[in-house]
Amino acid sequence: MSLPIPPILSYALRRLFQAVPVIILIMIGTFLLLKLAPGDTVDALVGDMGGADAAFIERLRAEYGLDQSVWVQLWRYMAKLAMFDFGWSFVYEQPVSRILLDRLGTTLLLMATSLSMAFTIGIVLGAIAARRAYSLTDNLISTLGLIFYATPSFFLSLMMILLFSVKLGWLPVGGIKTITGFYTGWDHVADVARHLIMPTAALSLIYLSFYLRLMRASVLEVAELDYVRTARAKGAGETRLMVHHIMRNALLPVVTLLGLQFSTVLGGSVVVETIFTLPGLGQLAYQSVIQRDMNTLMGIIFLCSIIVVVVNFLTDLLYARLDSRIQLK
Amino acid sequence: MTEAAPTPALKIENLRIALPKGSDRPFALDGLSLEVKRGEVVCLVGESGSGKSLTAGAIMRLLPEPHVHVAGGAIFVQGEDILAKSDKEMKAMRGERVSMIFQEPMTALNPQKTVGWQIDEVLRLHTDLSRAGRKARVIEMLERVHIPDPASAYHAYPHQVSGGQRQRVMIAMALCLSPGLIIADEPTTALDVTTQLQILKLIRELQEQEGAGVLFITHDFGVVAQIADHVVVLKQGEMVESGPASQVLNAPQHPYTQALIASVPSLTPPPAKCFDAAPVVLKGTGLTKTFAARGGLFSGRRKSVTAVDNLTFELRRGETLGVVGESGSGKTTVSRIVTRLLEADSGAVELDGTDLLACSPREMRAMRKHIQMVFQDPMASLNPRKRVVDLIAQGPIVHGENRKKARAQARELLELVELSPAAANRFPHEFSGGQRQRIGIARALALRPKVIVADEPVSALDVSVQAQVLRLLADLRDQMNLSLLFVTHDLRVAAQLCDRIIVMQHGEIVEAGETAAIFADPQHEYTRNLLSSIPGRDWTPPKSATNAA
Amino acid sequence: MTMAATDLPPPEPSRPVILWRRFRRNRAALLGLFLFAIVVIMALTAGFIEPDDSLRRAGVPLTAPFINWDTPLGTDQLGRDILAMLFYGARISLLVGVVATLISIGIGIVIGALSGYFGGWVDDVLMRITEAFQTIPSFVLLLTLVAILGSKIEWIALAIGVVSWTAPARMVRAEFMSLRDREFVDAARNLGVSNTAMIFKEIMPNAIPPIIVYASVVMALSILLESALAFLALGDPNYASWGNMIGQGRAVLRSAWYCAAIPGVAIVLTVLSFSLLGEGLNDALNPRQKK
Repeated sequence: MSLPIPPILSYALRRLFQAVPVIILIMIGTFLLLKLAPGDTVDALVGDMGGADAAFIERLRAEYGLDQSVWVQLWRYMAKLAMFDFGWSFVYEQPVSRILLDRLGTTLLLMATSLSMAFTIGIVLGAIAARRAYSLTDNLISTLGLIFYATPSFFLSLMMILLFSVKLGWLPVGGIKTITGFYTGWDHVADVARHLIMPTAALSLIYLSFYLRLMRASVLEVAELDYVRTARAKGAGETRLMVHHIMRNALLPVVTLLGLQFSTVLGGSVVVETIFTLPGLGQLAYQSVIQRDMNTLMGIIFLCSIIVVVVNFLTDLLYARLDSRIQLK
Repeated sequence: MTEAAPTPALKIENLRIALPKGSDRPFALDGLSLEVKRGEVVCLVGESGSGKSLTAGAIMRLLPEPHVHVAGGAIFVQGEDILAKSDKEMKAMRGERVSMIFQEPMTALNPQKTVGWQIDEVLRLHTDLSRAGRKARVIEMLERVHIPDPASAYHAYPHQVSGGQRQRVMIAMALCLSPGLIIADEPTTALDVTTQLQILKLIRELQEQEGAGVLFITHDFGVVAQIADHVVVLKQGEMVESGPASQVLNAPQHPYTQALIASVPSLTPPPAKCFDAAPVVLKGTGLTKTFAARGGLFSGRRKSVTAVDNLTFELRRGETLGVVGESGSGKTTVSRIVTRLLEADSGAVELDGTDLLACSPREMRAMRKHIQMVFQDPMASLNPRKRVVDLIAQGPIVHGENRKKARAQARELLELVELSPAAANRFPHEFSGGQRQRIGIARALALRPKVIVADEPVSALDVSVQAQVLRLLADLRDQMNLSLLFVTHDLRVAAQLCDRIIVMQHGEIVEAGETAAIFADPQHEYTRNLLSSIPGRDWTPPKSATNAA
Repeated sequence: MTMAATDLPPPEPSRPVILWRRFRRNRAALLGLFLFAIVVIMALTAGFIEPDDSLRRAGVPLTAPFINWDTPLGTDQLGRDILAMLFYGARISLLVGVVATLISIGIGIVIGALSGYFGGWVDDVLMRITEAFQTIPSFVLLLTLVAILGSKIEWIALAIGVVSWTAPARMVRAEFMSLRDREFVDAARNLGVSNTAMIFKEIMPNAIPPIIVYASVVMALSILLESALAFLALGDPNYASWGNMIGQGRAVLRSAWYCAAIPGVAIVLTVLSFSLLGEGLNDALNPRQKK
């Protein structure tokens, strides 16, 4: 009552506030990983120059603050991260933040298509399976879900490439667009979409199975609740029960999972982007590991964490929107 | 069927409901026949597992088919054969010609929809009224069930209104279209006694206005005495007695009914015993506990609730002190503060002169053997992974007793609480509720405590089992000269067991004294209200009936 | 009249018998058990199939399956026996899976139990750490750890355990929180039981069934993670691994697709077996949902 902030927003802000210590912990974590990794910035720099004498190396160390105590280094590192300054990539010869910015779009696009597909199809199939629980349809859907769950995305990707690109020649093997195409306008959109079909399918099927299973369980559980029985006693039909009484309540745990799993999906993009040579953060992460480009790798970890925090904030808002009990608490 | 009589609201003939294979009996209900006339309240009475709730499900055609299904008989709602109806026809009947009020007002409403929307849904499903017409009707219904400020209640979510108000909303929903038959399945069981009386009166009032027939399902003979015109008694799916309320209540014919009614504790307390000479065993002084509502940086408001406010009491050796109150009165908090399962904010609890609240954790662990507890839920209070003998022997073992000896004593205790020694090696889930509560009592006794704190120990039990457990508790108390701090919401139970009672409201004691004196002449207005709300207070269960058979 | 309700019901059969009966009712779970048994047998008998070195040249490169009975499932582009690698791969998958699961569940139990039992600031601190781990995309973290620690099989198992403990921790925490509020815990405290005994002797035995069920999920995920690492050529090069076989098979996908398909099917069936087993265990251990 005392604050003029709408309750929904205050709820979300509270949740966002909780993310501050999490981000600080991640900063410390990435710093530790950097320290654990063999070789530091100066080693990389020297290696890049093809060697240098000891005095020069000392000077460089002083310049990069590497002669300071660990705490000072940590403090400086965190201050830099907070400004999205991730240092210099000696592999790409440019600031890490610029490389990340280049790659961000592709990954976000892939995330958006995969998650929306996994979520929509997952909850629809889950709801259908639950409504026809223990029938043939349910068994079919549930079995399919189990198989999706058990199929690694890289294996699925290869099999899709084999079928749709090699055998049938319908879809491109990789890349985000046809390099020789120079499409503009809607042709460009259609071209990108064609390139995204297989990566999206490969990345979304396993998560689709998660949503499917959770939604099925959730609908079954909600359908047993007292207020659904009340609605039945009022004379409501099955469709009405589903739309007005079951769906919204059953969605709540699935939305929670959506937020919780976003970071896992981001991780999954490493494999998929690598196979389909999509120029995103995942592919970059893999290349950085191979090339031991620690600055870039840490940049990716930090940036991804920030994305995850933002997405969680959004799912919290969505959750609060769906659950009337939260708005008014 | 007599042609001249008007069609009854409900007529059930020889109804049989089959249970799935592997159940403890083949039929949940076997041969039930009853009739609810218009303007009449028929109570269907039975203990848990008697099949009374499945009867309601069968009438609404909402049984969990095909596992549980009607296997024979006929049901006529206002003359129409329910069992012959198609699903669609049945849908049209529900809510319009037969409606239902459920037990749990907390869960029976959809948490995501406003109260108004949910009542409105009935109208939307069964009428062609305009939006404005429907809203006017809903508000009118909310007024009729005496909800203050119906216009704002219309837009409230269920979690924003109290349990009693929610049950009023359910009633408004059920009566919205003036159905000829209302089925009420334990509609007041989850409510406090004062609210319960109001709801019972409301149901009666509206039912008389509408002239509807009511099938009222309950386990509580007090409620039956309050509301019934006609009573049908079920025992394990079989109808054992049926007759006018006055006859069944005062001159029951079947031995089962007689036993059930004899189990209902009388409201007249036994004559007071004198404990002035006995030493004080447990003494609470100035106990206060405030629960701070957890508020965050952005939540805006923080509310704290004072659960117990400056409570002082004395318990003498061999005495039973009842702590009586409705939900939210702080009575359960008292039991937890005294046993230090919950830390009080201030005050002292002296056990034989030692202040428990000032003890270090180690000292407290040692002191615990003097003050033991019997819990409310016999399902939840026994660790499901432990054998009975280990559950009972655990206390002595923790306090340094030799394992073998502790187990041997545990077996003796089983005999003391009237369980067979074969129970020792079983797991808790193999027992009935009453048996589990006996195990709980044995566990409390194993440490030979001076004081036993019992928190609603019989409220989860059927009335016949309740009577047995209470008798056991009273016997053991007298045998072992125990002092009992007995927390309960049930005034009938308090009347029979407690020597003195303290009545609590909003964390404070409003009245304290000898049970007989308080029941005969309550001083505080709240106590008077509480006592006058006891269902069936004008009815005295005929104790002699048991011997008559 | 049976109202003197102190007579006992007939005794129940022993617990393992009941569990097996409940498990057996789920036919899919039996299939899972069968598949699981096959994988275990493959892992155990790998030495009989190929006593020396599964990575040695065993025949003409890219022999198709069912042509030469020395290499029944064919050979890859280096002439290595696919069948032998498949059997040794089962070993690695199970080994990494079991070790990683033990690590992950172990950390999860400690963090979750402390967090759920004590609540308050302990919970706050531990949950922030858990959230931090959960926020970092686990596969990226796994790659980083492998980049730092190196690709030895022991490190890989450790790294997988370290990136996958958060979900078990949350589950154990939720379980402990709900059990902590049950009356039997109050009852034990009221007897004077200490905190340590409370956690390990009162609450833990009740939390074990869901943990076991969850372990099957973690096991499946660990196997998937290991295979993904190996697919990206970040696995231990000294051991045959299904993921690595698929990664190698990618190069000859057009001409010899079976090189990738055979180990792929092995992964799918193995992971499937754990999912099905998990569901069967759930039916057996948490018999709340009867139907």
